[in-house]
Amino acid sequence: MGVGDLVTLPRRNAGAGVLNATGVSRHYGTRQALAGVDLTVGPGEIVALLGPNGAGKTTLFRIIEGLIPADGGEVRVAGFDVAAAPIAALSALGIVFQETTLDLDLSVFDNLAYYAALRGVPRLRRKTSIRQALSRLGLTDRARAKARELSGGLRRRVELARALIGDPALLLLDEPSDALDPASRLALRAEIDRLRHLTGCGVLWATHLVEEVGNADRVVILDEGRVVATGAPADVVAASGRATLTEAFLALTGKGGRP
Amino acid sequence: MSGIGHRLDAGLAIIRRDLRRFILQRSRLVSALVRPLLWLMVFAAGFQNVFGVSIIPPYQTYVTYQVYVLPGLAAMVLLFNGMQSSLSLVYDREMGMMRLLLTAPLPRWWLLFAKLVAGVVLSLVQVYVFLGVAALLDVRLPWFGYLTVLPALILAALMLGAVGLLLSATIRQLENFAGAMNFVIFPMFFLSSALYPLWKIGEAAAVPVYYLCLVNPFTQAVELIRFAAYGRVAGTALAVVAGTGLAAFLLASLAYDPQRGLLGRARPAAA
Repeated sequence: MGVGDLVTLPRRNAGAGVLNATGVSRHYGTRQALAGVDLTVGPGEIVALLGPNGAGKTTLFRIIEGLIPADGGEVRVAGFDVAAAPIAALSALGIVFQETTLDLDLSVFDNLAYYAALRGVPRLRRKTSIRQALSRLGLTDRARAKARELSGGLRRRVELARALIGDPALLLLDEPSDALDPASRLALRAEIDRLRHLTGCGVLWATHLVEEVGNADRVVILDEGRVVATGAPADVVAASGRATLTEAFLALTGKGGRP
Repeated sequence: MSGIGHRLDAGLAIIRRDLRRFILQRSRLVSALVRPLLWLMVFAAGFQNVFGVSIIPPYQTYVTYQVYVLPGLAAMVLLFNGMQSSLSLVYDREMGMMRLLLTAPLPRWWLLFAKLVAGVVLSLVQVYVFLGVAALLDVRLPWFGYLTVLPALILAALMLGAVGLLLSATIRQLENFAGAMNFVIFPMFFLSSALYPLWKIGEAAAVPVYYLCLVNPFTQAVELIRFAAYGRVAGTALAVVAGTGLAAFLLASLAYDPQRGLLGRARPAAA
């Protein structure tokens, strides 16, 4: 089914997690960016996708977002196949992109209103939905501020608020704390933890900053397009024979010597 | 999900955002006007005694050179704005705003169509401001022409915007865009009937150039506008402009389709 095909209702695979990726592969020319990646995220679960630069995290995210196709395997968001039913799958997604995607000339409220219209939030519910999202992130008093006037940390919070509009089943966070100072990183981590309890959405958080995924329910370590470890952070550390997650990560990705 | 109401709402939001950005970027309107007005006031005024324009359809009497070039310069505004809109798409893609748009739960072709319509609205604003200033300079269309030209302007703007959309799908980086523009805007503009009637080129025995001008869709856009401004329909021009616009839009939709298009073959992601 093509992107615009609305004739056949998308088939939903009920009972699955909010994200089910099975055997996902992707090539760029002769280079294999992803090689049979399996990944699940359950409702209300935070899964940290760890990997060094070039591990394939962004490629996997682009496939989940329907921006590029996978060469093989299947990705389902809230039970909907991203390739066969992209519109249904995208409806269940909230995304915080790696780069800032706010229109800096618009106010915080107008940025969220633009997104709400794109998401299909009904007009009558739109203002309430935006106010609720702003309130959840403590941004109510910033609603009329121009995005350009906000600090990096505040812009990230606005993007997080925006991603929550439409009550997504899955929140994709693509290295959201890259450009933030340590205090803003901590605040962002706390916000995400609070929000998953509040909304019950699953969270897939891609990062290469190992220290910020301590509160994840599970970590998935990706290296050269392959999953090299998965499990609760403590289990991954124990299985690697190292003392900390950072050491385990370095060992598993071949950056810190084998145990 | 993705019903008619959602599509219209999202389309209006996209148009409103582009309009608001246009209003905020005041220099854009000024630069859009300076270019054709310079042609009108300097080039056309200087050459009006050199270039004689005999009576050719749709004109029923001799017209001054400034009156002759007016539809061509209106089309020039559309051409530059169409390309400017595609430039802003490439910019949006580099800045990530395009990713936000393309992950909206809507058919890809609809999102692109909304961007196209937004560009057309901006083009129309600029053309009518230009025609207004030209009227103040005593270069006018017939009074009814300001109304009858509207459908032709819309169709021509859609066609040129769709060509720009297709270009934006094929050009990866902002810095490559200026180069590409030189290969699109200038040949399209100069190999057309915007500045001189085609028979003059044919008469000058430049036959290959004459045929190049004839097959140039921009020539057809200019003629469509010229005839419409005098209350007439140029059938061939209408067919060529509509056909080219439709083909360019379909190709752009395919190029932006992640399952088939050029973006699916994007360069490797950084992480």
